[in-house]
This record gives sequence, structure tokens and C-alpha cells, in this order.
Amino acid sequence: MDRRFPFKVLEHIFSFVDSNEDRNSVSLVCKSWFETERRTRKRVFVGNCYAVSPLKVARRFPKMRSLTLKGKPHFADYNLVPDGWGGYAWPWIEAMAARRPLLEEIRLKRMVVTDECLEKIAASFRDFKTLVLTSCEGFSTDGIAAIASTCRKLRDLELRECIVDDLGGDWLSYFPETSTSLVSLDFSCLDSEVKLSDLERLLSRSPNLKSLKLNRSVTLDVLESLLRRAPQLVELGTGSFSDELDPEEIAKLTKALSELKQLKSLSGLWDLLPEYIPLLYSVCPRLTSLNLSYATVQMPDLIDLLSRCSKLQKLWVMDLIEDKGLKTVALCCKELRELRVFPSGADLDETDVTLTEQGLVSVSEGCKKLESVLYFCVQFTNAALVSIAKNRPNFRCFRLCVMEPFAPDYRTQQPLDEGFKAIVEKCKDLRRLSVSGLLTDKAFEYIGVHAKKLRMLSIAFAGDSDLMLHHLLSGCQSLKKLEIRDCPFGDTALLENAAKLETMRSLWMSSCFVSFGACKQLSQKMPRLNVEVIDEHPPKTRPDSSPVERIYIYRTVAGPRLDTPEFVWTIHKSPEVGVSRLSIR
Amino acid sequence: MAYEKVNELNLKDTELRLGLPGTEQAKEEQEVSCVRSSKRQLQSDNEEESTPPTKSQIVGWPPVRSYRKNNNSVSYVKVSMDGAPYLRKIDLKTYKNYPELLKALENMFKFTIGEYSEREGYKGSGVLPTYEDKDGDWMLVGDVPWDMFSSSCKRLRIMKGSDALVLDSAL
Repeated sequence: MDRRFPFKVLEHIFSFVDSNEDRNSVSLVCKSWFETERRTRKRVFVGNCYAVSPLKVARRFPKMRSLTLKGKPHFADYNLVPDGWGGYAWPWIEAMAARRPLLEEIRLKRMVVTDECLEKIAASFRDFKTLVLTSCEGFSTDGIAAIASTCRKLRDLELRECIVDDLGGDWLSYFPETSTSLVSLDFSCLDSEVKLSDLERLLSRSPNLKSLKLNRSVTLDVLESLLRRAPQLVELGTGSFSDELDPEEIAKLTKALSELKQLKSLSGLWDLLPEYIPLLYSVCPRLTSLNLSYATVQMPDLIDLLSRCSKLQKLWVMDLIEDKGLKTVALCCKELRELRVFPSGADLDETDVTLTEQGLVSVSEGCKKLESVLYFCVQFTNAALVSIAKNRPNFRCFRLCVMEPFAPDYRTQQPLDEGFKAIVEKCKDLRRLSVSGLLTDKAFEYIGVHAKKLRMLSIAFAGDSDLMLHHLLSGCQSLKKLEIRDCPFGDTALLENAAKLETMRSLWMSSCFVSFGACKQLSQKMPRLNVEVIDEHPPKTRPDSSPVERIYIYRTVAGPRLDTPEFVWTIHKSPEVGVSRLSIR
Repeated sequence: MAYEKVNELNLKDTELRLGLPGTEQAKEEQEVSCVRSSKRQLQSDNEEESTPPTKSQIVGWPPVRSYRKNNNSVSYVKVSMDGAPYLRKIDLKTYKNYPELLKALENMFKFTIGEYSEREGYKGSGVLPTYEDKDGDWMLVGDVPWDMFSSSCKRLRIMKGSDALVLDSAL
């Protein structure tokens, strides 16, 4: 208890504490620190929207200016969470609108956002500046129009990979006629065409615009006219890059691109045609971020482009880059920190594979600053993983997706246990890991023993028994999020390590062997966990021993949620009641 | 490894089997989203040709966001040329007709193709572009209307040398 420092002094000191993790620790010291901290926190982050009630959050942080929320479990990205599961933004928007009208920024990920929500935001927060929606759904372009027209101080409007009911491009014309304060605009996920004149006029009156991400329907022939009006861009997401241009148009566009002296980030590039790659030559040397994951160009053309990008820090590309292309990256992109290689969707039953584990080995050798990887590959070897680990002990995020489930090391036919062991042993700062390929319980023993800083782990088609889960839950001290699909265990390890689950944000398990009975026991044992059973069939109609399709377990101080759909059951705390499904919208 | 009794739990009660409640014998019920059992079978018994669900049938696998999957709904086909070390993949949707496709192939593999005529195929250059269609048949590129070709082509093979000549003369 620290009565020596006056409130004002503490407040001043805390204003330098930025990270929310640190602020959370500060809050735990004593009551006066808790009080001081809460009155000074401006940026609030809630990693699971069901972990706490909106009202509590609104009340706790009177100076809140920015709210970030996450809703659905990560595996919702891969269609493993049925539609309608939840993650509604409305209760939060409503609560903040009533109590925190000075809120300026809202960032939502994997949540259901309706037009009503957007209209409420527009109507309630007079200084509203930033709306970033990532992987959200439930709204239409009408809602966007409401934001555009009403939020006079709007700086950021970003729709990242959202599913939007696209009613047309009119929304763009709703921005105020006077100059706007727009700094970033991202509508790359929308389908419909926006009027060129609307866009041109918007750019002309948005002198602060630094980031512009167009959608695919913006054709190449109009790009020049847009860039001319926004030469100060730092980030550009083009529209489609495949329309036919005559030589004069090409010359003009080349010039317009070369005028983008501040450009650091380039994306979009849908259907990029090889003959247009030279147009990008002028921007390459300055680029720190390049997203080619929608550009269907082949390796030789990719090499042509990437060999000019010596400052590149972030590269997203498709496996069309092949090993040879990655070798070029290893040679030329010495500043690379993040690499993602996505599958081009071609047949998985290939015998001739031109992207192999060798590609990643090359990059791990050549790019000394590489710390984050997402790599899709048909098969892998332990030797490659060992090399990669030796080369790059500085990995913070390593996500390997061997696309063939249960694929062993294709040279030795051994499980990939030893390979992943090398990764967790060497990479002491590893925060995020996704494993794949053939893995036995041993792999998870290694992970439990070595991956002490690991916060998020994703597993599919792996392991032999409950030991696997037991190793993880008893070993990984920093584990916050665990998601598992199609693994052969459940009950014993879960119940043995029940206490661990309260130290984690969430655990997802689908198509595993977790029984309804174990779910009940777990819920009974742990009052501050919500144990959700997501199943087509009501669990009550089956014996306790039958496995449930999916479970989602998360810590919460808000109790069971009240908005569950008919296929979600929150297990009640008293066993006699069984399951509760309170559904109040 | 199994625990007999853990925390007073009788594991027999919670023993899980993939089967209908009440049955003693565990039936191998295959859920599409769980490929584990069939794969294990393959590993232990190489002769048996059990058919695991194909990868495209496994829900949410490979783990690529549906947003990305939808955006990349391109029809990539593999293109091989006899004698060339590398396979290429092309997106047929980027071409509107045969001349465009053939020009691209010529550029890609650095060859020239003869002139196409319906009656006589590709004359003269000893290079023959062929493709495998949905039914697994190998056809000559150009024989069917473009739209039909682009929707049924699964892979391309550019034949050269003696193979090409044999086929050429047979057509």
C-alpha cells in the first residue's frame, strides 16, 4: 500500500506505461495502484469478448479512447465454427455509446457487426476517428455509408477481409464534401464498383491520406488518375492489375508510380500480368512490405520483381515462387522479418513439387532478421527443420502447414518430432507455433519442456494419446491460446490440468475425444470457465461417454453468455442441471 | 499409455469409442472431419486400399481463410514441356483465347509453335501442345472451343521430339 505517492504523481508515472500487459500487472499491486491505473488507461484490449461484460469494462476505464475486441475463436477462419456461434459487437457498442461517448477508436476482429452497430457508432461518438474491422461480418455498405457521412473526424476506415453485404459503391460518395481527415482507407474486401469520379474527388480532398487499399473492381486503366491525386501515399493496395493498357497508358502509369516517393507498402495486385512488372520497378527499392498473395505470377517474374526489393521486411507470396524464387529472396532481401507462403490451391496430389522445404531453409539461411513465418508445403523433413532452427533461433512465430495430414519426414519416414524439437529448443523466444505432419506424443513432450514463452499453439491431426495434451498443459508456462483439431485424446488430460485452463484465454478442441461427461466435470470443477459444447445434437440425448463435436473453453468473469444459438450449450455449474442454454437477445 | 484410475475416475465409464451408444463393438464411424483412423490403417497395412477422404473434403483444411480461398478461385493447371526441367503453373483465366495462351506458352518455354489448322493440327514445328481434360483423356489444344477447353483442362503437356511427330502424323 503506497500512500507516499500522491495520486497525481502515480498518474503521471503510469502515463508512460504503454503496454496493457504491464498495466495489468500494475493493477495488481495494490488498491490505489489499481484505481490510478484504471483512471489513466486509454487503450483497452479485450481478447475474448465473452470474458468480461461490456458494462464492467465501460465502468472501469473512464478515460477509454480506444477499444479493441476479439470475438470468434481463431479456427472460425477455417470454417470450423458454425455460423451464428456468436461474437456480437452490439452489446459492446451499446454499452460504450451510453457511457463512453468520447471513445475514438474501435477495432474488432472476428465479430458480428450489424448496420445497426455502425449507425450507433456514427451517432454516438462525436470524435470518432478509427474503425478497423478484421474478418468481421453482418453489415452492409449502408452501414459504411453511415460512418462515412456522419463521422466528421474520421481518420481510419479499414475493412480487412470482411464479409460485407455489398449493395453497391455509393457509400464512397457519402464522405463529407469538404476536405476529409482521412489517413487510411481500406475497402479491398468489397466486391462492387465504386464510381471513379467519387474516388477521384475523395482523394483530391483528402490531403492526409497515407494508406489506400482499393478493391479488385478498380481497374488498371484508372489507377494512374488516382495515384496522381495521392502522391503522398505510404501504403497502396491496387485493384486488378490485368487490364490491357496501350503504350501511352503504360507510360503514364509508370510515371505515376515512380512519383510515389513515400511508398513503403504495396498490395492488391490481383491477377498481375508479367508484362506489367516493369511498372513496379521504381517502387521496389523503397518497399518494406509487399503482398503478392493474390498475384498469379510465376517464379521467373517473381524473381524479376523481388531481386529489386532490397529493403523488404514483409513478404506475402504464393507457392508459385518455388524454391528458386525463395533463394533469390534469401540473397536479395536481407531485411526480411516476415514471410508467408500461401498455397496456390493447385492439386495436392502432386508428384512434381516445385516448392519444397528447401525454400524455407534458404530463406532461414540468408535472411538473418527473419522472425515470423507462415509456410504451406506438401511435405517436409526433420533435417530441414533442424537446419531452420539452427539458422534462425530468433523466430517468434513459426507456423508450418504440411498440407498432407500425418505426413512423415518424406526421406526417413519418421515422425517430425525431432524437427519440431529443434525449433522449440533453439527458438527460445517463440511466441506462436503451428505444427503439422506426423507427430507423436514425443513432439509435445518437447514442446512442453522447451517452449516456455509460447503463447499460442495450433495443432491438427497429431499425437497418440492424452499424454500429448498433458505435456502441453503442464509444460507450456506462457500458453494462452490452444487450438486443436482431429487429435485422439481429451478427457484425462483436460481434467488433470483443469486449473491451467484458467490461466489461459481459451482452448478449442474439435473432432477430438472429449466426452460430454468430462465437460460436465470440468465445468463443475472450474467456476470461472465457460465450457461450451458446440454440437449438432443436444448432449443430453447421448450418454456421458459419447464424444462431443467441438468444445470451446474460456475463462470469464461474466458467467455463461446469454446469446448462444441452438447448437451451443454452456455447461451449467451444478451437475444436476446439466446444460444451460439461456438465450436472451 | 492409459491411466487406470485417475482422481478416482473410473476410466471405463468415460472410455470413448467411436460408436453408437449401447453397442459393445466399436464401429469405425468415419466423420468427414476426422481422418485419423483411416490414415492409421494405411500406415499399418500397406496393401489395403482404404480410401481416406480426399483433402478437399476435409473441413477447413488446409487452413486457409475462406476469404483467401474465394479470391484465389483460379483454375491453375500444370504445364510441362518434354525436356524442360521445371513444371509451370498457369491460370487459364488470364487468357481469353487460344492465341493468347499459345503466345504465353511460347514465352514461358522459349519455343515456337507451328500454325494450327483444324484439319491438320500443328504443322511443322515438331511441338505439340496437348492437354488432359476432366475425363482423363489427352487432347490436342485447339480442337474444342476455348470456353470448353478452359473449363475442362486439367493439365497441359507440350510434347516435343519423336513423341510429337508420332502423334502429329497420327492425327
